[in-house]
Amino acid sequence: MSAFHPALPVADLLGLFGHFLMLSLLAVGGAITTAPDMHRYVVAEHGWITGAQFTSSIALAQAAPGPNVLFVAVIGWNVAGPLGALATMAGTLLPSTALTLFVSRWGARRRETRGVRAFTTGLTPLTIGLLVATGWLLVRPYVRDQSHAVGAIVLVGVAIVGMLKTKLSPMWFVGLGALVGGLGWI
Amino acid sequence: MSADDAVAEMPRPASATELFFAFNRLALQGFGGVLPVAQRELVERRRWLTKTQFVEILSLGQVLPGPNVVNLALMLGDRFFGLRGALAALGGMLAAPLVIVLALTVAYAELARIAIVAGALRGMGAVAAGLILATAIKLMSTLRASLLGPWLAAAFALVTFVTVALLRLPLIWVVVGLGGLAIAIAWRRLR
Repeated sequence: MSAFHPALPVADLLGLFGHFLMLSLLAVGGAITTAPDMHRYVVAEHGWITGAQFTSSIALAQAAPGPNVLFVAVIGWNVAGPLGALATMAGTLLPSTALTLFVSRWGARRRETRGVRAFTTGLTPLTIGLLVATGWLLVRPYVRDQSHAVGAIVLVGVAIVGMLKTKLSPMWFVGLGALVGGLGWI
Repeated sequence: MSADDAVAEMPRPASATELFFAFNRLALQGFGGVLPVAQRELVERRRWLTKTQFVEILSLGQVLPGPNVVNLALMLGDRFFGLRGALAALGGMLAAPLVIVLALTVAYAELARIAIVAGALRGMGAVAAGLILATAIKLMSTLRASLLGPWLAAAFALVTFVTVALLRLPLIWVVVGLGGLAIAIAWRRLR
């Protein structure tokens, strides 16, 4: 990641803002479920950052304290510096904030209505499919880099099993990842 | 709600400022996710919410688009002090962590040339992927009780994965098309 960002044309900044604005409204089940589409937009379609930069942006946000949604700001920063972070964060927060305030006043008592239940029931499988897609896209750069593939797959496996079988805080696994990676094992 | 009397006697934040610092405090403790800390701080320590209220607000936050914990902060702030409270809670939750994570991003750009730092972040990235996959696996058990039936629900999850991760179709078409179909089927079965 270079500290110096090529100035992104205003049209591209607006496009970035607009895309995250749209994704915000699709982010049922958390912002992370839209990560595959962010990846498609900033990595595959525009080539503003690499797949490895995308993965490390999410890793950095998870390692730091605070809500994981901040990975959105890190991606924006890596694409276009402060203005990029502003574009992605504002795009992500504005629509969902407005909608949440509206719904919490209007719909808190309608949780059990047929419409709301059909909405949740129908979208739950999509949320799960999107989470698996996110995990898969994050693992892919490691698997492609064949010199480190085995170590990375073992580390992913340890994190999965550890989260499912123990009650340890995710912080410990993130720390383990930093140690193993810092020692150059993956 | 029968618990209304109890609710009236529960402690509440004295001001929007107190709300801001409460969310600031819990966000800064949240390494690898804020939700477990939010439950401990808001329900057990400050007792601004009962456990039931917490789950109710959270499940509503989950139906809505946007990050769950951010929605939780907005709704709780709004309940106590209206829009001012919602913005105070949101600001408290995001301001300090945002500065920290962007500072780390800048520092990382400088330090990435050092092999240990780059390696450490590679390792953390692999773990981050594992944490997300583990969350997905935990949630898969909810498909068994889905009103769509376990097989149909699993099929929707699988098709979502294939269209988004392998075919790289734009998410909006997947959510509108596939999600719309799933909601329509659920709507019919709920009668």
